[in-house]
Amino acid sequence: MFHSETGVFKTSYAADMALYPLPVARYAVIALAIVFLFIVPLVFSPYLMTLMNLVLIAVVGAIGLDILVGYTGQISIGHGAFMSVGAYTAANLIVRTGLPFWLAIPAGGAMAALIGIVIGIPSLRIKGIYLAVATLAAQFVIEWMINHITWISGGIEASIQVPPPSIFGFKLVTAYRLYFFLLFFAALAIVATLNWMRSRIGRAFIAIRDQDIAAEIIGINIFKYKLYAFAISSFYAGVTGVLYTYYYGIANYEQFGIDVSINYLAMILIGGLGSILGAIFGATFITILPEAARQFLTHYGGMIMSQDAVTNVVPNLQLVLFGGLIIFFLVAEPEGLNRLWRSIRNYFRVWPFSY
Amino acid sequence: MAPAERTGTEDASEDDILLAATAVSKRFGGVTAVEEVSIAVKRGSVTAIIGPNGAGKTSFVNMVSGFYRPDSGVIRFAGTDTTRFRPAEIAALGIARTFQNIALFGGMTVLDNIMLGRHVHMKSGILSSFVYWGLAQKEEVAHRARVEELIDFLELQDLRKQPTSALAYGLRKRVELGRALALDPKLLLLDEPMGGMNQEEKEDMAGYILDVNEQWGTTIILIEHDMAVVMDISDRVAVLDRGRKIAEGTPSEMQSNPDVIRAYLGTGERGAGEKRGHAA
Ligand SMILES: Nc1ncnc2c1ncn2[C@@H]1O[C@H](COP(=O)(O)OP(=O)(O)O)[C@@H](O)[C@H]1O
Ligand SMILES: [Mg+2]
Repeated sequence: MFHSETGVFKTSYAADMALYPLPVARYAVIALAIVFLFIVPLVFSPYLMTLMNLVLIAVVGAIGLDILVGYTGQISIGHGAFMSVGAYTAANLIVRTGLPFWLAIPAGGAMAALIGIVIGIPSLRIKGIYLAVATLAAQFVIEWMINHITWISGGIEASIQVPPPSIFGFKLVTAYRLYFFLLFFAALAIVATLNWMRSRIGRAFIAIRDQDIAAEIIGINIFKYKLYAFAISSFYAGVTGVLYTYYYGIANYEQFGIDVSINYLAMILIGGLGSILGAIFGATFITILPEAARQFLTHYGGMIMSQDAVTNVVPNLQLVLFGGLIIFFLVAEPEGLNRLWRSIRNYFRVWPFSY
Repeated sequence: MAPAERTGTEDASEDDILLAATAVSKRFGGVTAVEEVSIAVKRGSVTAIIGPNGAGKTSFVNMVSGFYRPDSGVIRFAGTDTTRFRPAEIAALGIARTFQNIALFGGMTVLDNIMLGRHVHMKSGILSSFVYWGLAQKEEVAHRARVEELIDFLELQDLRKQPTSALAYGLRKRVELGRALALDPKLLLLDEPMGGMNQEEKEDMAGYILDVNEQWGTTIILIEHDMAVVMDISDRVAVLDRGRKIAEGTPSEMQSNPDVIRAYLGTGERGAGEKRGHAA
């Protein structure tokens, strides 16, 4: 995330391999922690806080998808379905056995990982568009199963209500309380991914993405690592599904449709593939943009079109915006928002000597 | 490991043979890329495989590294029948290689590429990497030390943190050698390591190859067109032509072998000394 700098000499390999090799980056992390732990909850209105919570959940899901797509080079259009697996697994366990959140969340992740491994098996033989179609099929099959097997879905409505998570009897009901809960999991997702990507596992993922033949020749068992990538990615998706379930207080398969899978692909594409920071940017952007546009149009849309037109446009706004953005980033800026950030950072890195 | 054996003339006993390919063949549709080729490679030796373009040299190396599966014949490495092994299994046994067309991980730094070469020697799994601080970090540091030795050896110190896609051709070949060496291979397969290089780069590369052989006793199989280089660094030479092995012996024997001369001159191609790589 923060890169090494000329003029700063590393005294040991461990220091050189640290997440924050530069002192300044360490301060930046402390500053970020202060902002997110104290300033955000103090300054944000309840409305902004609910948006923030959605961003935090999306960060977990987007990073998970990026591990598979961005880092390992495997495509998946079934991310939403893996979320629903996590959501329904956890919801059933919570309702039927009273499982606390700290068990329900990993349980949802684990079940999604298991299903993810099964869906990932064809990836040994098929690539690109064919794998996309296979994962798309998985999306529909999983949706159908949840919708039609009442043992999973909990009845005709195919939705299961869950009580809010609680810590030592302290119920996380308000947006503010949920914020800290979600912040913890977003931070955990980020740190875990940083750790994976700087060690043997992450290097193997990237090797498979860049040159699968060479990866095999240097001793990487491609099949095993592709399945690892599917497992980890689906685990994140499963956790995301459980977090959504706690957030909405209900598990509902309609929350995890194909459109969700595509939104998450949009996040990592727009953010920049194969970058944790990119996934965070993308998750933030895609979560906030339709909301911002909706706010803008409902307030000011009347100036350029009739109020009726505004009411018609708003629901379709998201589709138009995302479609346009995906095309823009695919064509014009394949490295996504992350690249923009790098340019800005590079500019300020040498500031004030940036002439 | 035994020091490099430089004579290459006396009869080798079974134990001295690290790699033995016996009558291996590989066909692609109607094309017979390799036909009944037998080559025995002595421990600690440098064996060159030469021959005109399309002779089957790369295909042979691909079979040794498990990338192609022979249609017939047997390959034994250090006493193990590896004929049906997958590439990753063969790597784990201690066979590393470079490619005729460089196959580096372009988005990664020089350091990460070479670290990847340590893959089979590292153990960190999903859980220990997730926690990182502790086992995984200790392992990273330990293997980083070996990688740094190789970076020093190949004089890549200044390029550590450069993405390999940004490097010049000759340097990329050197990084690829570093990645292969990071496996601490018993057998190193080099497919035209000097292809496309200028004279100075070739001399550097030849120096590294000899050093690897002499310092670490690594057995080397080398595909090379430049006869001067072959004469300089190899103990044995095997000559392939149209999939068949037509001769084998010391470099000087091969230079005066009429079959070899005919193979090079008779194909209507350029002389052996000026051949360059072709698309694999
Ligand atoms: N994967 C493949 N598919 C089809 N034909 C191949 C393949 N690999 C090699 N060949 C053919 O086998 C023959 C030997 O090729 P190769 O081993 O690359 O020769 P060399 O490395 O000696 O130049 C050539 O005719 C080549 O076209
Ligand atoms: Mg070749």
